[in-house]
Amino acid sequence: MTDATAATGLLALHETMAVIRRTEKAAHDLFMSGLVKGTTHLAAGHEAVAVGARAALRDGDYAFATYRGHHHAIAWGATPEECLAELMQRSTGLNKAKGGSMHLTKAGSGMLGSYAIVGAHLPMAVGAAWSARLRGTDQVAVAFFGDGATNIGAFHEALNLAAVWRLPVLFVCENNFYMEYTPIGSVTAAEHPAAGRAPSYGLPAEVVDGNDVVTVRDAVARAAQRARAGDGPTVLEAHTYRHYGHSRTDPAKYRPDGELERWLERDPLTVSAQRLREAGTSDDDIKAAEDRAAGVVDEAVAAARAAPEADLSEAFTDVWADGGAAWRT
Amino acid sequence: MADVTYRDSVAEGIAREMRRDPAVVCLGEDIGAAGGVFKTTVGLFEEFGPERVWDTPISEQAIVGAAMGAAMTGMRPVAEIMFSDFLACCWDYLANEIPKVRYMTGGQVTVPLVVRTANGGGLGFGAQHSQAVENWALTVPGLKIAAPSTPADVVGLMASAVRSDDPVVFFEHKGLLASKGAPAPDDHVVPFGEAAVVREGGDVTLVALASTVPLALTAAERLAADDGVAAEVLDLRTLIPLDVAAVLRSLERTSRLVVVEENPYQGGWGGTVVSVVADEGFELLDAPVRRVAGANVPLPFADALEDQVIPTVDKVVDAVRSLTTY
Ligand SMILES: Cc1ncc(C[n+]2csc(CCOP(=O)(O)OP(=O)(O)O)c2C)c(N)n1
Ligand SMILES: [Mg+2]
Repeated sequence: MTDATAATGLLALHETMAVIRRTEKAAHDLFMSGLVKGTTHLAAGHEAVAVGARAALRDGDYAFATYRGHHHAIAWGATPEECLAELMQRSTGLNKAKGGSMHLTKAGSGMLGSYAIVGAHLPMAVGAAWSARLRGTDQVAVAFFGDGATNIGAFHEALNLAAVWRLPVLFVCENNFYMEYTPIGSVTAAEHPAAGRAPSYGLPAEVVDGNDVVTVRDAVARAAQRARAGDGPTVLEAHTYRHYGHSRTDPAKYRPDGELERWLERDPLTVSAQRLREAGTSDDDIKAAEDRAAGVVDEAVAAARAAPEADLSEAFTDVWADGGAAWRT
Repeated sequence: MADVTYRDSVAEGIAREMRRDPAVVCLGEDIGAAGGVFKTTVGLFEEFGPERVWDTPISEQAIVGAAMGAAMTGMRPVAEIMFSDFLACCWDYLANEIPKVRYMTGGQVTVPLVVRTANGGGLGFGAQHSQAVENWALTVPGLKIAAPSTPADVVGLMASAVRSDDPVVFFEHKGLLASKGAPAPDDHVVPFGEAAVVREGGDVTLVALASTVPLALTAAERLAADDGVAAEVLDLRTLIPLDVAAVLRSLERTSRLVVVEENPYQGGWGGTVVSVVADEGFELLDAPVRRVAGANVPLPFADALEDQVIPTVDKVVDAVRSLTTY
C-alpha cells in the first residue's frame, strides 16, 4: 500500500470514528433533554476498537456486541439516524423501537445484536463461528465484550468450547478498566482480565492499544487470518477508556483525579489525526472529514426528532417467525 | 408393525429430520458415540458422523448459547440438556436471549432451534434430577413448548419442532422412555397447538400432558369400571401454542374439568388452562375445577414419598369423584 492510499483508508476510519463520537454526544444531549428515555451506555472513547476491528473484517463476517454497542452498530453499517431514532422511540428506529439503546442490531450486515446480560453473547459468537465451519464458509465471528464480562461463566465456557472445536471466532475485550463503578483490578485475579485467561485454554492472546485504530485493525487482521486459516480463536484485549460515566447520568465520581484527562490525551480521534498528519494528510482534509461527520449526525438528529413515534401495532409483532404473537388457539 | 419405545422414537425423530435437512445438527453432553445418557440419540453419530453430532463439554451455557448463534446464522441445531433441572444452568438463554432476540431486534433475526431435555419424576432420582419444569418455559413469552406422551407423537412433534422457525423447548419424559406404542408412519408430522382427544367421554374432561396422559387414561378406565363415569382425556401435546379451544370444546360436552399436571401447583401450567376456562368457559361449568398437580415441595427421593407429591391415579380418581358428586 502506498502512503497515499493508506492515508485515504485511515481518513475514512477517522471519519467513521468522528460519526460515532458525534452520535454519542447527540445521544447524551438528547438524554439530558429528556428525548432519550430509559438508559444509555455511551461508547465515546471506544471508537477505535469498533472501527479498527470492522476495517479488518469482511462482509459476511459476524459481530456480537454488548449494551455499550452504539459504536459497533455504526461501524457495521447502521446509520446514526436509525440509531438515534431507536433511542428516541421512533417507528423508524433500527429495531422498530422495540430494542432501545442496549440492543442495537444490524443483522443484514452481520451485526447480530447487542446483548445486555453480561457475557451472554460470547457463546453465541462461538455458535456463529461453528455454523460458518459447518456450512463450509470462511466467515469469522467476533464477540466484543467488557473487562467485567471476563468474570462470568459464559466467558470461560465460550473460550473453552471455541478452543476445543478450533472455531473461527475472535474474542475482543474492550478493557476500559471499570465494571460499572468498580475498578476491574479490584475484583479480578488476573492482571489482564481477558488476555491473562487465554493461556488456560491454550489460546493466543494479545494486549493492544485500543485507542489506536491502526493497532486494533492490524491485530484483528492477524487474528482473523489465523481463524480463516483454521488455526482457531484468538483473544484480544484492547485497552481503552469511556469518556462518559457507565450509563445514563453517571458522573463517574469514582474515577481518580486526572485519570480521564490522561486518557483524553490518548483520545482515539487525536491518535488517528496524528497518524494522518504523519502520513501527509492536511489539517484541512482532516477537518473536512470531521465536518462531514458532524453534518451527518446533525441531520440524523433532526430526522429522528421529526420521525413518527413508535407504531403501536408493533407491540404484537415479531415474537414468532410468522410475524405474530399468538400463543393459544 | 411391532410397537416401538418412546426412547427409540426420540432418535428416530431426530434422524428423520437430519436426513431431510443438512442444516440440522446435534450437540450436547455424551450424545455422540455414547448415544446419550438416556440412550435417546443412539445411532445418530454412526449415521451422521462427527460433523453433524457433536459431543460438548459440561457447559450448558455454551451448548445453548452456541446453538443460538448457529441458529441465527443458517443452521437448525438440536441441543440436548441432559436433565431438565439443568436448564437452570443456562436459563439466561431460555429466559432472556433466545425468546427475545427476534422481538427486540424488530424481527431482524430468527432462531430455529430445539432444546431437548429429559424431564419429570417417578424414577427416584431425587430433588435435582426429577423435576417437571415445563412450567419454567411457560413463564417466558417467545418459546414454543412440546411434551409428547407417545412414541408416534415424539416423532411427529420432533418433525414440527425441528422445522419450526421458532425456538422450541422439547420435553422428553424420563418416566415414559421405556413405554411402547405404535411406530410413527412415514413423514409423520404433528402440528403444534393441536391437542389430541385420546379418550372420549361425556362426564368429565381430564386435561393432561406427557406423563400424566397415561395416568389420566388409567384413572379414566377405573372410573368407567368402578363408577360408570365416562371421562374424556385430552393430551395437550404442546403448551405453546396452547390448545385451549380443544379444552373449551370438550367442556361443552362434559361441563367438568380436572387438570392433571406434574409440575408444581404453584406456577404450574394448569393455572393458565383454568384461568382461560374461568374467563371464557365459566358458563360451561357445572362444578368447580380441580388441579391434580405436583405438591409445592422439592421432590423427595423415596418412592413412597415421591408418590405423595406427584400426581397418581388415585389422586386423579379422587378429584373426579369430588366433582361428579358435586
Ligand atoms: C449478568 C449481568 N450481571 C450484571 C449486570 C449489570 N451490569 C451491567 S453493565 C455492568 C458492568 C459491565 O462491565 P464491563 O463488562 O467491563 O463492560 P463496560 O460497561 O465497562 O463496557 C454490570 C455489572 C448485567 N447487565 N448482567
Ligand atoms: Mg468495563
